[in-house]
Amino acid sequence: MTDFDIETTAFKLNPQYQFQWEEAQQCHVLLYPEGLIKMSVSAAEIIQRCQQTATLDGLINELNQAFPDAEGLAEDVREFLQDAQRQAWIVAAND
Amino acid sequence: MPNDKHGSSPQTTNGNPENPYIPMWLLAELTYACPVQCPYCSNPLALSASRKNELSTQEWITVLRQARKLGAVQLGFSGGEPLVRTDLEELITEARSLGFYCNLITSSIGLTSEKIAIFKQAGLGHIQISFQGSNRESNKLFGGTDSFEHKVAMTKEVIRQDLALGLNFVLHRHNLHQVGEFLAMAESVGAEFVELANCQYYGWALHNREHLLPSQEQLVEAERVTNEFRDQHQGKMEVFFVAPDYYDNRPKKCSNGWGTTFITVTPEGDVLPCQSAKVIPDLEFPNVRDYDLKTIWQTSKLFTGFRGTDWMIEPCKSCPEKEIDLGGCRCQAFLLTGNALNADPVCDLSPFHHKVTEATEAAQSAPEVVESKALLFRNTANAKTLSADQ
Repeated sequence: MTDFDIETTAFKLNPQYQFQWEEAQQCHVLLYPEGLIKMSVSAAEIIQRCQQTATLDGLINELNQAFPDAEGLAEDVREFLQDAQRQAWIVAAND
Repeated sequence: MPNDKHGSSPQTTNGNPENPYIPMWLLAELTYACPVQCPYCSNPLALSASRKNELSTQEWITVLRQARKLGAVQLGFSGGEPLVRTDLEELITEARSLGFYCNLITSSIGLTSEKIAIFKQAGLGHIQISFQGSNRESNKLFGGTDSFEHKVAMTKEVIRQDLALGLNFVLHRHNLHQVGEFLAMAESVGAEFVELANCQYYGWALHNREHLLPSQEQLVEAERVTNEFRDQHQGKMEVFFVAPDYYDNRPKKCSNGWGTTFITVTPEGDVLPCQSAKVIPDLEFPNVRDYDLKTIWQTSKLFTGFRGTDWMIEPCKSCPEKEIDLGGCRCQAFLLTGNALNADPVCDLSPFHHKVTEATEAAQSAPEVVESKALLFRNTANAKTLSADQ
């Protein structure tokens, strides 16, 4: 499921995960069987955009437009998504 | 918290200085009716034979709404066997629309491929199927039902329908040697998540302890087999091994900290900080028919009574480790020492630690052939006999 090349393959949020805003915790969370991950503001910006099919280049472009002053954004996004892939938060879009 | 792994959840707080904790987990024990009769069940020894006082669908929906308002996000539909309820689809639909992540904790008896599809459509995220043995005979012996083939079929069906699946195998001295066989079965059907959970000794398991508690040698061997399997299957399957706390010398936190993370609501609406809390006499259990969950969580004597460390007596009170384990399990303290304020006797600093070591010493003899007659199976007839004896 996690075996895909993030540089060339479209991906999406793992359909077994649930992403939402939590009022009580004042943050976005990612829910999965019997567990929860609290998202930082920047992580939430990325994961939010994975609710539809996304590509690495497309996401970086989109985030660069939304946050033009963010330095080193492309590398941060790539690293975050590589980690998200390892953790199975995102899967190949055609899975 | 008995027989589960949720005790490792991180505590989450809301910044409210009066009670900063959010009840992240709601365990909805929909019914105590169950086709399985596990002699280590976490349900109370006193089981009602009647279902007439169970919460209605509407009452459960009110509970779900109140829990969600408090910030609960994980919801476990449990029991007994939650599939006995005919309103499960409705409850899942409501829970999902409120924003819960829905887990169904089931023996799978009563589950069908059609129901899996319906529950998935309603918003169920995860099904956990419990096994009582790694093959037909032992599953039947310890569960009291001939259900092994059905469990395997339902496991495959959950995977086919692409719903998150966990397998739960409850371990004790008569099936610890089956760990390898169970993991091989789990692998063969494509399970990605397996929990090997040793019995924790409360309720029915405590009553049957002399027949269930494994020897140290058995545990070491089962952990060795598990680790070997993990090494060979890295990345393909996650395997959790939950050891019985009797072999530790420090206790585990009660429910991740009493009244900090978990709310259990019983079939008849009593609200508990953990599934076992009813073993402690003299506690008053507020009911959702009388109070809303916020009042119960924030101010009830039950939830505030053992929250934090102010309630402690020695040796916990002056212990430098008291914030780490919060004195351990209140139920175990009561069950083994007669006083819920005492340190959990798993701790080797407890003056009652010998209560634990006497049991583990007795368990070192080689496992005898199990006599099912020797075990007290969890059913309403045995519950009635027990309450008559008391």
